[in-house]
Amino acid sequence: MFPRQFDYVAPTSLDEALQALADNPNAKVMSGGMSLIPLMKLRLFSPQLVVDIGRIPGLDGISDDGDHIAVGALVRHAQTASDPLVAANAAALAQAAAWTGDAQVRNRGTTCGALAHADIAADQPAGALACGATMVARSASGSREIAAADFFVDTLTSALNDDEILVEVRLPKAGAGEGSAYDKLGRRGGHSDYAVAGAAAWVRKANGTVAEARVALTGVGSKPTLAPAVAAAIVGTDGSADAVVAAAEHALEGVTVLEDLYGSEEYKAHLAKVYARRALTSALDAV
Amino acid sequence: MSTTSVLGGIVRRREDPALIQGTGAYVDDIKLPGELHAAFVRSPFARADITSVDASAALAMDGVRAVYTIDDVRDLGPLLAQVPVGALRPLLADGAVHHVGEAVAMVVADDRYVAQDAADAVVVEYEPREAVVTLKDSASDRVKVNDSLESNVLMSWAGPFGMEPDQIAEVKAGIDAGKARDDVVVVSQEMTNQRLIPVAIEPRAVLADYNAGYNSFNVWSSTQMPHALAGAVATMFGLPTTSVRVVAPEVGGGFGCKLNVYNDEILVAFASRHLGAPVRWTESRREAGNSTIQGRGWVATATLVGTRDGEIVGYELEGLADMGAYSQNFTVAIPFLGLFVGSGQYKMPTYWKIDCVATNTATTDAYRGAGRPEAIYYLERIIDMYAREIGLDPAEVRMKNFVPAAEFPAATSPLGFAMDTGDYATNLQALLDHYDYAGWRAEQEAARAEGRNVGIGLASYVEVCGFAPAGLADLGFSWSAYGLPTAFNGSGVVRVNPDGTATVVIGTGPSGQGHQTTWAQIVSDQLGIPFENIRVRHGDTAESPMGVGTFGSRSAAVDGSATYEAAARVREKAAKIAAHLLEASEEDIVFADGAAHVAGSPDSSVPWADIASVAYQPHKLPEGTEGGLETHVVYSPANATWPFGSHLAMVEVDADTGNVEILRYACMDDCGNVINPMIVDGQIHGGLAQGIGQALFEEAIYDEAGNLLSGSLVDYPIPTAGDLPAYELARTTTPTDINAMGVKGIGEAGTIGAAQTVVNAVVDALSPMGVRHIDMPLRPRKVWQAIQDARG
Ligand SMILES: Cc1cc2nc3c(=O)[nH]c(=O)nc-3n(C[C@H](O)[C@H](O)[C@H](O)COP(=O)(O)OP(=O)(O)OC[C@H]3O[C@@H](n4cnc5c(N)ncnc54)[C@H](O)[C@@H]3O)c2cc1C
Repeated sequence: MFPRQFDYVAPTSLDEALQALADNPNAKVMSGGMSLIPLMKLRLFSPQLVVDIGRIPGLDGISDDGDHIAVGALVRHAQTASDPLVAANAAALAQAAAWTGDAQVRNRGTTCGALAHADIAADQPAGALACGATMVARSASGSREIAAADFFVDTLTSALNDDEILVEVRLPKAGAGEGSAYDKLGRRGGHSDYAVAGAAAWVRKANGTVAEARVALTGVGSKPTLAPAVAAAIVGTDGSADAVVAAAEHALEGVTVLEDLYGSEEYKAHLAKVYARRALTSALDAV
Repeated sequence: MSTTSVLGGIVRRREDPALIQGTGAYVDDIKLPGELHAAFVRSPFARADITSVDASAALAMDGVRAVYTIDDVRDLGPLLAQVPVGALRPLLADGAVHHVGEAVAMVVADDRYVAQDAADAVVVEYEPREAVVTLKDSASDRVKVNDSLESNVLMSWAGPFGMEPDQIAEVKAGIDAGKARDDVVVVSQEMTNQRLIPVAIEPRAVLADYNAGYNSFNVWSSTQMPHALAGAVATMFGLPTTSVRVVAPEVGGGFGCKLNVYNDEILVAFASRHLGAPVRWTESRREAGNSTIQGRGWVATATLVGTRDGEIVGYELEGLADMGAYSQNFTVAIPFLGLFVGSGQYKMPTYWKIDCVATNTATTDAYRGAGRPEAIYYLERIIDMYAREIGLDPAEVRMKNFVPAAEFPAATSPLGFAMDTGDYATNLQALLDHYDYAGWRAEQEAARAEGRNVGIGLASYVEVCGFAPAGLADLGFSWSAYGLPTAFNGSGVVRVNPDGTATVVIGTGPSGQGHQTTWAQIVSDQLGIPFENIRVRHGDTAESPMGVGTFGSRSAAVDGSATYEAAARVREKAAKIAAHLLEASEEDIVFADGAAHVAGSPDSSVPWADIASVAYQPHKLPEGTEGGLETHVVYSPANATWPFGSHLAMVEVDADTGNVEILRYACMDDCGNVINPMIVDGQIHGGLAQGIGQALFEEAIYDEAGNLLSGSLVDYPIPTAGDLPAYELARTTTPTDINAMGVKGIGEAGTIGAAQTVVNAVVDALSPMGVRHIDMPLRPRKVWQAIQDARG
């Protein structure tokens, strides 16, 4: 639990931080450090430079930007979990943040960090996927937007380039008839700890019919992922309990299930359906 | 005159302000000038021959002082073990490794980071060999765990205790004959009691400083047994024990894993002597899974024979216990502690046999409960299955088979042990009444009617603690391997200082049990010196009397009793002095409120400070009285003590996911008289957490090659407050007749009582689906799988 040698900078402006990343191909961004530091201590990550973005002003807010809300890079899980704007517009993400780790982790770890980290069993990526989030990535050479659906590439791999900082995650403002929810089984049971399996769902109902939906899974494969067949199956139905059960049966279409210490393939496949059903049910209830 | 007795009262822990404010010092907080840091090169293989160790790259690194291999330390011999059965651990791997994480080389450097970099740079070539990881495979002796072993089965513990093998065979034959009766049912189940990692929140840490001028060592270690460590260092380096001072400062949890002498402790001392500088090593969490002992690890079959109306005809337990690769302090003796309690609270013919089996995994040894949770788990699970089989309430079956209260004191257990005091039926009835067991069952019925899978688990336990019974002192309950033969005595020094305050020095090695508080209560009660004026010291072998440390729920019953007696003798002497000063008769002197009083004459009193000042001015003492006011008592109890109790749990299982939620957890414990109810409750809380942790999620998982898969806290979930229910605690009080205070011990009771209570509840919840048993830990995936299997 002793990292290899590394250099450390804590710039006080975003430009400085981006320049440090541009200058050092073997640098890592640190926000809350809740995942980065353990990996460095285990010597699984050995960056030459750690760029601590924690002292950059202006990144710790959640703002209403008209058609979307923006969650800044330094917004902690605890803040995401309790913020009224997030609750009103992206309840699935708020719930996922509330069930991330323990109080200490929630007070230090950041929502953007959890997304950038792209753990296979992390909670908030599912929330971001279901809520249709957009990631805003900045580098010294400019800024780009990445849709959540394109962001989670593989185990611990996001679409961010090494010189990019995820400066904010944007969540569309909820309109009429919309609702979202997240549910999971934690590794310690209940909602505690990383997800053995979990699902987030977002729905929009119009005229008594499910007009649009997104369902995302976490914990079951090599990355948090959308389960498009579930969404397709629920759209056009009345969202009844039977319709939800039937739609959830499609949870594994296009999804590769992987076994780990917490569950066999069969079990995880089963849980994917259970949580797709539960998340959809809660999302429909929230409309 | 008010009473000053603080015995039995809630007194806030003396230890807490320093711990809470961060002003207590753990080993890692103690800094010596010029200290160096050790790191270990550890084996990635469970079994391999070592063909070469090349340290040249490491030695060339800036700041690296030395790299040691077995060639440097072979002369010191293998690590001492109190019960040296099986392979002993070489201080560093000697030509071969026998478990993942075994130390192959030690690097010493100017700082810990350089030491770790250098350890990574040591090149070790291995020739891998087949590892033996599972118990049954090992017991077959298909492949030897270690070339030096004749058999992987190191020894076996069979009972009834004290019988010859043919007599034991007769007991077994009697039970077998019972199986053939036509009025009985036979219930049998193989069960695993999985291996656990102790995970003390403070990892192990050691700092050694050799002084060439005195040819002596100062060693700071996070240990539960400072004297034994001092003895071991002295023995291994060929020094008198007076040349080794061990200090156990604040110790952040031990749970048995610090009840061991470790090779790293000896190696760090060696390096300090060799390099002429203090050397420290602090275990990282990642290496702790393999470099510190683990606990449990049994696979055994419990069989119960009983009539259809609930009378138990016989009970058998037969199986294997995992010792790991090397025997350390008590390793092979742990199942013996299980034998003590193998028949639990019951009067029934019992046959018991556990074989100690080596495997290519980390060493096992004492972990909270040590053999007793395992033994009670099997017994209480099979009794539950039996009750279900014959359709009787589990409480009723237990009631019918308890050792009757009339047989106490000194009842002989079916396994041949003398039990001090007990009243099991009263205790269980108290549990049922206090928590309204019938009401729980009604609630369960109602929940079931709503389709909820709610279950209730009941389990009773006995514990044996307060070691060692004088009669068993020669059975290895001793530190003789460390050059310190004792009868596992308790010891206490009580000294009243010239200003009338008292210093109490004890030979325990607490790791959070609050001895400074409890012992001050004992002495305050005896002497009438206010609690605040009593300071309790422990953990420094240079000042504390020889003591065996803290483990086996023994400290209050054994060292506490020694201190109680020492205080009583100081009081006697002080009464003489007070009588002299007050011109009263010694028999009329009573102590309270910081003074000696003459009974019946309220105005006649002399404060402790005056008594003490006279004690330290011998010319003012009555003729024939020696100066000083201090006594050292070494005490060996006539028997161990046998706490007991029954626990109830209500759980709900989500059949869709296998998730288990504990809705209620209620205890009725009996640990005899209670000195500080808050501390006793705290011990129960911690014990329950570890028992429930075993029931629900903890497990040291090894793969086929002997890799520890759950070695980090990411994959080894220890229970946190948020994962646990709000405990409901209550007590019955059956004092022991073994010691004057009537106290038994409570450190391990929660752990011994909890795991089977939870498993019984989960099985109760799922029994309508046909689930009969699920092996711990009851992680959701296993519970779900059991439901699938039962449903076919
Ligand atoms: C005890 C414990 C329990 C936990 N339990 C859970 C749980 O139940 N569920 C769960 O989902 N997670 C859990 N986590 C992980 C937690 O959510 C982490 O906080 C989160 O994954 C990382 O956020 P962070 O701000 O701490 O990022 P850091 O640790 O600072 O960084 C993590 C990674 O993301 C990169 N990164 C961070 N921020 C940015 C950024 N703005 N732009 C670009 N790259 C960035 C870093 O370079 C690094 O690779 C747990 C962690 C701990 C320690």
